[in-house]
Amino acid sequence: MLQNRVINVQNLTKKFGVFTAVDSISFHVEQGEIFGFLGANGAGKTTAIKMLNGLSKPTSGSGTVAGFDINTQSEQIKKRIGYMSQKFSLYGDLTVKENIRFYAGIYGLSHRLIRQRTQSILQELHLQTVKNQLVDALPLGWKQRLSFAISMIHEPDIVFLDEPTGGVDPKVRRQFWETIYEVSEQGRTIFVTTHYMDEAEYCDRVSIMVAGKIEALNTPEALKEEFSAISMDDVFLKLARE
Amino acid sequence: MRTLSFIVQKEFIQIFRNKPILFMMTVLPIIQLIVLASAASNEVKDVRVVIVDMDYSESSRDLVSRINYNDRFIIAAFSKSKAEAEGIMQRDETDLILEIPADFEQKFIRKERPELQILANSINGQQATLGTGYLRSVIGMFNADLTEAVMPGGSYRSGSTRISVRNWYNPELSYSDFMVPGILAELAALLTIVLTAMNVVREREMGTIEQINVTPIKKWELITGKLIPFLCVGLVLLSVGLLVGRLVFQIQYQGSLILMFGYAILNLVAVLGLGLLISNFADTQQQAIFVAFFFVLVFILMCGLFTPIESMPTWAQYFTIPNPLAHIISVSRKILLKGSGLSDIKMEIIYTFGLAVTFNSLAIYTYKKQT
Amino acid sequence: MINVFKAFVRKEVYHILRDRRTLFILFGVPIAQVMIFGYAITNEFRDASIHVLDHAGDQASMKLVQHLQSSGNIQVEGLIRSESLIEDGFKSGITKLVLVIPEDFSEQLYRGSDMNIQLLADGSDPNNASTLVQYITAMINDFRREEAGFTAGAYQIGVETRMLYNPQLISAYNFIPGTIAFILLMISAMMTSLTIAREKELGTMEILLVSPLNPFLIILGKVTPYALLSFINAILVVVIGYFVFDVPVLGGMTLLLSTCLLYVVTALALGTLISTVSTTQQDAMMRSLMGLMMPSMLLSGFIFPIASMPEVLQIISRVVPATYFIRILKGVMLRGTGFGFVAFEISILALMTALFLFGSYRNFKIRLE
Repeated sequence: MLQNRVINVQNLTKKFGVFTAVDSISFHVEQGEIFGFLGANGAGKTTAIKMLNGLSKPTSGSGTVAGFDINTQSEQIKKRIGYMSQKFSLYGDLTVKENIRFYAGIYGLSHRLIRQRTQSILQELHLQTVKNQLVDALPLGWKQRLSFAISMIHEPDIVFLDEPTGGVDPKVRRQFWETIYEVSEQGRTIFVTTHYMDEAEYCDRVSIMVAGKIEALNTPEALKEEFSAISMDDVFLKLARE
Repeated sequence: MRTLSFIVQKEFIQIFRNKPILFMMTVLPIIQLIVLASAASNEVKDVRVVIVDMDYSESSRDLVSRINYNDRFIIAAFSKSKAEAEGIMQRDETDLILEIPADFEQKFIRKERPELQILANSINGQQATLGTGYLRSVIGMFNADLTEAVMPGGSYRSGSTRISVRNWYNPELSYSDFMVPGILAELAALLTIVLTAMNVVREREMGTIEQINVTPIKKWELITGKLIPFLCVGLVLLSVGLLVGRLVFQIQYQGSLILMFGYAILNLVAVLGLGLLISNFADTQQQAIFVAFFFVLVFILMCGLFTPIESMPTWAQYFTIPNPLAHIISVSRKILLKGSGLSDIKMEIIYTFGLAVTFNSLAIYTYKKQT
Repeated sequence: MINVFKAFVRKEVYHILRDRRTLFILFGVPIAQVMIFGYAITNEFRDASIHVLDHAGDQASMKLVQHLQSSGNIQVEGLIRSESLIEDGFKSGITKLVLVIPEDFSEQLYRGSDMNIQLLADGSDPNNASTLVQYITAMINDFRREEAGFTAGAYQIGVETRMLYNPQLISAYNFIPGTIAFILLMISAMMTSLTIAREKELGTMEILLVSPLNPFLIILGKVTPYALLSFINAILVVVIGYFVFDVPVLGGMTLLLSTCLLYVVTALALGTLISTVSTTQQDAMMRSLMGLMMPSMLLSGFIFPIASMPEVLQIISRVVPATYFIRILKGVMLRGTGFGFVAFEISILALMTALFLFGSYRNFKIRLE
């Protein structure tokens, strides 16, 4: 069932000078999966994600995302993916509505569709009252949900979320994951990085990256069994100790 | 094309929302224009002279009073000795010292060719040479009149030479007429090049550019989308500046304003392309500013605004070809002051077109959506 | 505390040294500026091209044209056939001046009657027009005197001219001091305002402000490396001036360097003041560019003599610090004046510095509270 592998990479490597940020990783992601990409800060998660979504050119290795070659067809890939970066990167000096409209516009949505999407995002995220406020003025949790919504504005097949819940309180994190499940139920693939090990339990499969390499990859249950651990946190600690 | 319009809209919203910058890019340059156009003058007036009159005769007093009545000169002091006068010059309180020797009148009558001495503070070369020239011509007239008095018909002034001078386009030789179009062009270029260079780098610093790079947007759409808003800023500045030139400096524009704006668009596109090109090679706004600043400085010094391009050595004149500022200054002076037409500026148009194409294609080519 | 401060300065120095591009520009700008001023641009006119509309077309007029050519500074580019063609030359910018010789030129010349010659100049460039007119007028007068066989008469007053301080009229004498002032200001004030604004914009300033280090030490630590850098740069310009363009330092190195140091502090104070009122780098940049660079270049007597400015601007030039610094530099370097002669300018600069420091202290305080 190879056609169901929406992400499929072999020996993907990225070097910055002498430093190897991502060291020959190979994995695949099935359509509709919630794929967790775990690792400590600096393990190479963000670099790996950037190679998949076309922001960064791999030093070596090959792969496809949504059926397109990551080395040669990054612009085609970009049409089919959404990306929410680790650093908040919407325009702080634009209002909520203006941000939505802008991104919808550059993804080429029609005017009718732009209006529709704007309405539904504002409604779903309960942002009606602040729609004309500058994004800078919103609390962090709201900003991140808005970022997520905007990364989905063109209804991509695959969504890359880089540390989507960084720095927000547990309640907002739970809400966030509920939204992720909703999106997943629509048949979209979710590729999410996090360093919260409890979040790993929500994923269908997780990979754990240590120093640029994927050290473990399986369902959370299988991993716990393999490492005879009680939680994912435990798995991670055991891996790190090796 | 639709994508482009969304970028342009976004940039405009951001420009209008940033009130301090908006103020600084509209009002400040106009104030600059008014101030600089009034300041930028090489006219030498009010030359300060210290007189050391050791003769104190009727003739020497006559000469001094001629200098006094000439409105180019201000007598800064009368001094008893040359040493005292040199002290005044050391303190930079005079430009010239005129020394009249003790036996001046005596020698003149005895046909012994008395010697006057002019000492010039030549640190400001122009002030010194022109000032000396004026003083020499006053002395020359004085000499002729004095000769006429002792020996009528003895001077070469009989059968006078009348050289009538007409200065076209600017009969009063007003400096502001000359400077306003140039300074305006320079300010528009300076502002737009720095603002665009900083704009893209700012997005890089803030991280917002990443969100754009991950969309399927085309590079040319992004670059053009960044270019158009600042082109408009430049054109607005130009319009207001031209109005100021007309109302404040009373300049009568001779040529076609449509031609002027048409050329200005071409030129600004070239300048903006350079700004965008610079931004591609800068990681921080600081870097962008300094690189932009380097180009702007070299451009301004070598654009013919303050010193004529014709007086540069030939090799340096070639360096003005890749300098968009040199072209717009030449064109604005030609069109606005002399009423030149399309055929008179065709070389400038060709060069600028080449620069616009080069800078912008390089800007698009070197823009990296992927690192 | 001193060690913490040292560590802080070291961090800033690494920051600067690592940023090769900025460093390159910081040293490239002064060198480029000095070289351009020294080699590429000048106010003197050379190879001025003029056109002649010769209504006479005889030997006498030919002789006049030849006389003009012979000076070497004037190129007679060509003859214009009719009045109606003059305008074309002006409009395309090829012609700067047209000499109109009347039909009865030789008659005027040899009969000793009044001579009527017309000069038509492109007045759109007043500087060029008046210089050309003056020059050509003098040459025509010469020509007439020569042709009339007039020799120095009995009653002659000799005029001896001596150019003091800069006998060869080297233009570097004028621009080296200006360039030093400009560079010190650019690096000290502009870089300072930008780095501080950058920390604010990226939010790192807050982190520094909650550190145990005194906020004023933080600012001091940030500006010290730039002060050093600009000082090195100023010395570089003096050295290039001395070895490449023979610009002397007559008044002593100590006085020169200590006044440079004073001006560096003035500039840093200005930069800090700007940074306390700006929130983003763009903001700081616009303020320093429009409020500092332009006035310092154009209202300080660097490029245009203050004496030629309108009254109002002469008054404004008195509040531009560069005005005083350039005056000090010209005195100390070129006229060899001692401390006594520049004491006034030095005290004004010191006063300005104190004001700027006080202003930024107050603004900074308000922000912190």
